[in-house]
Amino acid sequence: MSISSECSPNGETLIIKVSGRFDFSSHHDFREAYEQAGKGVKSYLIDMSEASYLDSSALGMLLLLRDHVGSSEADIQITQCNPEVLKIFKISNFEQLFQIS
Amino acid sequence: MLPSNFKILIAEDSEPDRMLLDRIVRAEGYRTVLAADGQQAIDAFQRELPAIVLMDVMMPLVDGLQAARRIKALAGENFVPVLFLTSLNDEKFLASSLESGGDDFLAKPYKPIVIAAKITVYKRMVLMHRTLQQQRDKIAKANEHFRREQELAKKVFDNIAHMGCLDQLNIRYLLSPMSIFHGDVLLASRKPSGGLVVFLGDFTGHGLPAAIGAMPVSEIFYSMIAKGFGSESVLAEINQKLKAILPVGFFCCASLIDISYKKQRVKLWNGGMPDIVLKRQSGELVRHPADYLPLGILPSDQFLPGMRAYEMSLGDKVYVWSDGITELRNPAGQMLGQEKLVSLLEQGDKRNAFDDLLGAAQDFSENLAREDDLTMAELTMLPPESVPSKDPLRFSGVSTGAQDWAFSYELRRQSIVDFNPVPLLLQWALVVPGLQAHNQNVYTIFAELVSNSIEHGLLKLDSSMKSDSAGFRKYYALRAERLQHIDQEWIRVEVEHWARDGGGELVIAVSDSGAGFDFDSVSKEFPKETVYSGRGLPLVRRICSSLEYVPEENKVKACYRWALDEKV
Repeated sequence: MSISSECSPNGETLIIKVSGRFDFSSHHDFREAYEQAGKGVKSYLIDMSEASYLDSSALGMLLLLRDHVGSSEADIQITQCNPEVLKIFKISNFEQLFQIS
Repeated sequence: MLPSNFKILIAEDSEPDRMLLDRIVRAEGYRTVLAADGQQAIDAFQRELPAIVLMDVMMPLVDGLQAARRIKALAGENFVPVLFLTSLNDEKFLASSLESGGDDFLAKPYKPIVIAAKITVYKRMVLMHRTLQQQRDKIAKANEHFRREQELAKKVFDNIAHMGCLDQLNIRYLLSPMSIFHGDVLLASRKPSGGLVVFLGDFTGHGLPAAIGAMPVSEIFYSMIAKGFGSESVLAEINQKLKAILPVGFFCCASLIDISYKKQRVKLWNGGMPDIVLKRQSGELVRHPADYLPLGILPSDQFLPGMRAYEMSLGDKVYVWSDGITELRNPAGQMLGQEKLVSLLEQGDKRNAFDDLLGAAQDFSENLAREDDLTMAELTMLPPESVPSKDPLRFSGVSTGAQDWAFSYELRRQSIVDFNPVPLLLQWALVVPGLQAHNQNVYTIFAELVSNSIEHGLLKLDSSMKSDSAGFRKYYALRAERLQHIDQEWIRVEVEHWARDGGGELVIAVSDSGAGFDFDSVSKEFPKETVYSGRGLPLVRRICSSLEYVPEENKVKACYRWALDEKV
């Protein structure tokens, strides 16, 4: 479980990469990743390619991010989920709140 | 420096001439062997093995020509120059003496300067010939050693690459290696759900480098298919591995065929291979061209394999081949080509289409050194009931793992405070063959039930605290603080699994020593999107066939039913 983040070269997209289990133990690092990002960030990309599992507190963290950005206009993409993780997002109705692939 | 055995044989019946020659030759620093007739010359040759022979033509008993022939025969592949000594000037005779095995003449009367010069020339040739022989033998020996090593390595390779189920009746294939190893890999494995997955890979290059790449491919393929991973995950894993180990510029073109008998369906993936062709019983051909890059090129975050599904009927066939087949050239230099093969399938007999393809490949490759590896395969759709459903979990070459078992695991004190039992529990549960494909669901059940027990059962934390970012922080700070006071508390995880026809049932129950909690209010419905907590148990409820609470035991019990063929 590790969280790493970087900005796109133009500073407009913050890429947060989640590795291993995405659970409550990541909440501090995950929050820090988006709270410390520059003012110019307009969109967020959560890279799940290295994430193995996620639990319900991770769902809460993603909602917090959405709230932090401003719920309705939030441009948050969650990408490269494995099929099983995708299913969890689907069951939780997250597909209506985020762009998930 | 001359080798010590570098002697010169002088065969001359006239004694004064023999003595004269002996003096001249020894004056040049050579050792000599003397013979007075042809028979003596032959005997001396066998005894002393001289390097050069000076031979009088006219001698008693056995004449020079006969002796020369005999000596040449005895010398075998060694080069022993025979120089005839003659006073004859008849050109016809000189020519015929060379035909009988002589290499040159020395005319009488002898001129020391000419004799010395000729011996020097032939000495040079003899030494050069010996050097060539030594080098040849050295190369042959090294080559033999290399070949033996390759044969041994091939045995190991074959055991790994061909432990699959290519021998099944509905698979026909041709796998003809260009060298002992080849750049093509053909793997077939039955899925735990009873279907079949076939992988055809064509590595850039041949021989050892290609074979080395094939090893991890087959390892990953067989172990992941056996554990129930989907074909897309297998491709992604192979791609990642090859990307990591292959040098830049090396990659593996591949196609993957995933047949489900139950659903009478095939899923295809083509990364840089010739078209995969689906031939229906109706005669219709469907071509699935390469729509992805080969394996080992893209980094894993850019490699997203998607597969296309095609409905199939009983007897429909799928054909795959590597470019070694399409690039075959006949003696006229024409290439066999993709279109020719497809048209053969189009016209060909329904039953013997594979034989037609084999025939065409043979016609084209006749008398030619194979330029590439030739690999092709034909797979036939079987009826749904051909899957042995009574015994779905036992398939070739793979240990079946435990299916019927139960365990109970109790966490106390320190292990509640700073140990996360979920990965361990997950690992134990996933030994069930095929359950790996459901790993996130099983993880969800363990993770949510365990944290529910810790946070609500034992620590009495109130989820409504998590109403904003600060609340989240406070909640987990409080969690850490209350954990410090854990003393006599415990959490018990009871897990049971039993096999059912084509799948299984996993029951996970978690109880704790706490005072209980309001189960219904936290498990029934998903909270609204503005609420950041309370999704755990509703999620488990959606995944499971049942979720219940036993208040008197403080126990939450989830029952998860799963099927092998279920698409996640």
